[in-house]
Amino acid sequence: MNSLFPSIVSRSQSSGLMNFFVPIISIVLTLITGSIIFVLLGFDPVYALYTFFISPISSTYGISELFVKATPLALIAIGLSYCFKNNIYNIGAEGQLTMGAIFGGGIGILFHDTNAFWLLPLMIFAGAIGGAFWGLIPAILKTKFNTNEILTSLMLVYVALFILDYLVVGPWKDPFGYSFPKSRPFSESGRMPLLFDGLRVHFGLIIALFLIFVSWFVFAKTIFGFQLKVSGYSPKAARYAGFNQTTLVFFAFAICGAFAGIAGLAEVSGPIGLLYRDISPNYGFTAIIVAFLGRLHPIGIIFASLVIALTYLGAEDAQLFLQIPSAVGFIFQGLVLFYLLGAELLINYKLSYKKLL
Amino acid sequence: MNLDLILGILQIVLIATTPLVFAGIGELVTEKSGVLNLGVEGMMLVGAVSAFIILVITGSYFLAFFVSILSGIIMSGLFAFLVLFLMSNQIATGLALTIFGIGLSSMLGKQYIGTPIDGLSPWFFVIFSFLIVFLVSYFFYKTKAGLILRAVGESHNSAHALGYSVIKIRFLSILFGGSMCALAGSYISICYAPMWQEGMTAGRGWIALALVVFATWKPERVLIGAYIFGGVTILQMNLQALGLRFPGQFFSMAPYVATIIVLVLISSNKLRIKLSAPASLTIPFYKGR
Repeated sequence: MNSLFPSIVSRSQSSGLMNFFVPIISIVLTLITGSIIFVLLGFDPVYALYTFFISPISSTYGISELFVKATPLALIAIGLSYCFKNNIYNIGAEGQLTMGAIFGGGIGILFHDTNAFWLLPLMIFAGAIGGAFWGLIPAILKTKFNTNEILTSLMLVYVALFILDYLVVGPWKDPFGYSFPKSRPFSESGRMPLLFDGLRVHFGLIIALFLIFVSWFVFAKTIFGFQLKVSGYSPKAARYAGFNQTTLVFFAFAICGAFAGIAGLAEVSGPIGLLYRDISPNYGFTAIIVAFLGRLHPIGIIFASLVIALTYLGAEDAQLFLQIPSAVGFIFQGLVLFYLLGAELLINYKLSYKKLL
Repeated sequence: MNLDLILGILQIVLIATTPLVFAGIGELVTEKSGVLNLGVEGMMLVGAVSAFIILVITGSYFLAFFVSILSGIIMSGLFAFLVLFLMSNQIATGLALTIFGIGLSSMLGKQYIGTPIDGLSPWFFVIFSFLIVFLVSYFFYKTKAGLILRAVGESHNSAHALGYSVIKIRFLSILFGGSMCALAGSYISICYAPMWQEGMTAGRGWIALALVVFATWKPERVLIGAYIFGGVTILQMNLQALGLRFPGQFFSMAPYVATIIVLVLISSNKLRIKLSAPASLTIPFYKGR
């Protein structure tokens, strides 16, 4: 006998097809909900959606801006996938990004009057070290003291932000900056090279694509990637196989921190050019959405970073042209994650109209 | 030090700590049933803004708090639907709730920034915060319903086998947590501040989450933890006001550093954390066939 309401039945194997469709379903549902919100606010939904999602990328400059925003998001998200694949909930990428910007930016400030080819590579390296350092703190606390990484990584975000704030109003303040809370500008060779004249898209994009490719290789072709996946799916199987969970946690946090740190450095040495308080519009938190939306898959993360980057640009345009507060971008980001997580059900379960015994 | 100064500081500590107690005890009940809701900050913000808007529009404190708590129930109901019926990942869903709440509250509250209101005296809520902690404690350890709720958090399969509705009990626990978080938010925007400012809960939601671990999931200890945090924060402000020459940023980061240190101390004893934490925390319940 068939029942009217579907019941949820566990799949024996997760559905690859659904894995592909779920992000698309969630984006479509978000757009539908978004247009309902716009109607409720009294806007023509077609015009509002056009302003939000099409007009920001209808010029070369707009597309360049899309890549500028997508670069840190994709870079952090691919780093996060090292953690999330292993069920390590590092939600402090924002702090690791900030620490990367502090370390790398510190080098940039130290050599503010030096022009040399080695400056930018050194800054990138320092940024990676800074981020990895900040990421390793929750890793050590988790492995040595059994402390939950969710809360510690999150608390460290605030600590990092206050350190940055202290530096730019205190010791690193620009002596010629009229007491604005910002550092000296980096020298020309401490800046990310621009990819095209007149556009802000910079070399960080190349770094991000390279690290995404490397990560694809690690996940798909190396034993380390395999170990991460196995201990994520089944910690018991991983322990039985003799994988060292402590090492995995360390590496996952260090890699994620380093990637976030590079993203932070790429922001300050790319579009910004100096250190100040608000270097990141929550990229570290938003990248968590990108990682989930991209299904922790390198290609998926590239597409997801572009979609989420568009919510940033769209929110700016919505504020400009529709006088909607730019916070509407966060609403879209929250919605897309809600729909995604809800629709994930379809990957591991199926709906059955047959009556349960 | 004279007595007036000490009493004055004590008053400020009581007023400043109350929202932490509300949010902490709400989250504790949710976690006791085996669900981790990281959306505390988002629910507090939406609670704060909805209370403020209703107060500005209607002028009624009762309606303001009523609608605020309703908003907490709706927000946490959304979370509950996702994690209980669609079995979504609790950590990610909680984060989504916070991001959504930050966006929604700033959007709703945009035109109310700077609107003046008559603040409400906080003392009723200060007393109520103590009362609610003891009520929750009584409920957990002296009533059958409390025992069932704890059983669901420890082993949902056993509770299910005994015939209790795991989903229903968790749903109610999540809603209680949501309404307490919204109450904490509305207390901040109507009694404590009293005003609306984007992101005005300023990370208190995350501190509340840490408080639950600090309290090793015991209600009275939420109270103790909250007052330690509140006390330290106020003490720093006063030391700063007295002109201690030390960068303010290091004071501001102190509660977060303290939280990390406390978490390490609490959790380094593996056995104790294992005995205190609800065993089914973050594990979804699936009835199967």
